[in-house]
Amino acid sequence: MPSSVPAEVPGTAAPAVREARESASSLMLSELRVLFGRRRTWALLLALAAIPVLIAIAVRVSSAVPPGRGPAFLDRISQNGLFVAFTAMLVSVPLFLPLTVGVVAGDTIAGEANLGTLRYLLVAPAGRVRLLLVKYAGALAFCIVAPLTVGLAGAAIGAALFPVGPVTLLSGDVIQPPEAAVRILLIAAYLAVSLAGLSAVGLFLSTLTVVPVGAMAATVVVSVVSQVLDQLPQLEWLHPWLFSHYWFGFGDMLRQPLLWDSFSSNALLQGGYIAVFGALAYGRFVTRDILS
Amino acid sequence: MIPPGGSGSGTYNLAIETRGLTKHFGRQVAVDSVDLAVPPGSVFGFLGPNGSGKTTTIRMLLGLAAASAGTVSLLGMEMPGRFRDVLPRVGALVEGPAFYPFLSGAANLSRLDAAGRSTVPATRKGRVDRALERVGLSHAAGKKVHAYSLGMKQRLGIANALLARRDLLVLDEPTNGLDPQGTREVRNLVRSLAHDGATVFVSSHLLAEVEQMCTHAAIMSAGRLVAQGPLAELRRAGSARIRLLTPDAGQARSVLAGLGLAAEAGGSQPDGEVLLASLSAAADGRLPEDVVGQLVAGGVRVRGFAVERESLEDRFVALTGEGFDVAQ
Repeated sequence: MPSSVPAEVPGTAAPAVREARESASSLMLSELRVLFGRRRTWALLLALAAIPVLIAIAVRVSSAVPPGRGPAFLDRISQNGLFVAFTAMLVSVPLFLPLTVGVVAGDTIAGEANLGTLRYLLVAPAGRVRLLLVKYAGALAFCIVAPLTVGLAGAAIGAALFPVGPVTLLSGDVIQPPEAAVRILLIAAYLAVSLAGLSAVGLFLSTLTVVPVGAMAATVVVSVVSQVLDQLPQLEWLHPWLFSHYWFGFGDMLRQPLLWDSFSSNALLQGGYIAVFGALAYGRFVTRDILS
Repeated sequence: MIPPGGSGSGTYNLAIETRGLTKHFGRQVAVDSVDLAVPPGSVFGFLGPNGSGKTTTIRMLLGLAAASAGTVSLLGMEMPGRFRDVLPRVGALVEGPAFYPFLSGAANLSRLDAAGRSTVPATRKGRVDRALERVGLSHAAGKKVHAYSLGMKQRLGIANALLARRDLLVLDEPTNGLDPQGTREVRNLVRSLAHDGATVFVSSHLLAEVEQMCTHAAIMSAGRLVAQGPLAELRRAGSARIRLLTPDAGQARSVLAGLGLAAEAGGSQPDGEVLLASLSAAADGRLPEDVVGQLVAGGVRVRGFAVERESLEDRFVALTGEGFDVAQ
């Protein structure tokens, strides 16, 4: 039967398999392109990059910071620019990183529902499970890029404004700048893992509503509540179960030899959050009526 | 007539078939036991006042909402169970177009095409370009959608439904927001799609439009399907009537009464009064020319005479009620 839109030429078996694989990855590629192509994501990353820039400029224009005042490492910046990266990453952990991750993770499903594109993605058909996985993978990609942005912007502005030299680690050992750069990447990786659990919470919250701002705000609130609870000694039994419990454990990346204990505990905990909230998001999303 | 069965991958007797399709929202019944039967190759008008359950029905057809009860089968396959096999062959425009405002028209189509499981990336660009061309948007392909007018978004939504070869098109209010030329183009597009063998399921509340492009229609009212069938049959269910303009109203009434036709007043005009009478009410199914002959023979000055078939609109109003308080 003739069709107005020319039909695809049916391929042989081998190209068909290749095409299936290509189409499986094309939604992921499209998701990354949409996420990192939109102005809002760039604004978030620029805001994160502004943190080390502000720190570096503040230190540059002010007189020497007395040791022991302000965030850790701050007093060392004027001697070694690489400490801008460490300081900025430390400063952005409690609020700035969770804030940006909350925006991206909270927007995953609710943002599509709000635009109405969710119904067209599902009719395409994207498949609900596949769409959920791709959306979470997109949020994870942002979790990788966000701390990296802080670290790299910090190293760059630090190198531009201050001398760069050997770095004294928390363990007292001294490493050369190239190795220090590796440590910056390791801390970025640690933070990316730290944010994976929060992203899963955000994904779940995002399946509950068609108002993306609501899911974003709720995700950020959850991260703040988790950190507050982690501060209350009366709730000590709860602390190891809070997803923010190991957020500040990345100091282990600044020891010689490297200590992987907190990294692995953190990864395990985040994996648990991914499993629980991923399952909740799945349970909610596959049965939900798309009425937006 | 196009043979049933679409494009060779499995035959089916009905392009869309629902049985007892029902949807509750809490205690409210939005769709109540709907049995749709859409023949392959038809252009099927899905009519109903706002809030009569049309869009909810369409959402269930496409697997966006789960049915509270009943079954759906598209192109001979159960939905939503076999959505992977069904939906790639279905193009849809559901409750208005929706796009990423920060992406261009072409980028939006590429994105939605990439979302499909079985679409071929290698042919994507060509298919996007052709779909844009078919709806006359080639010139705006690179423009961000937030700069599109409502009509352009509507066209883009239709282009999205045409991205691949489709056996079934489900178009919810496809002419919404379009200017008269755009409406005309959509009508022609729907006809050409049907001509190529696709089944087109169009929901609308614009009756004139349905009358112009559809072969079949169904009418929803308050969640129920109140009529369904070929358009000609739906119209025929209503009766024809005569419309007479004469200054001799009293005499005309008595002549008509003699023929077994009950005349009612249809208002007065400068050159006479209008009388209306239902033609099929006459027991022996009188022909209009007989009526005129009798009237003239009876000395009635006939200044105007017309036979009016009940329009789809009359039928629609008869089935769904009049005024704003319909479909409660």
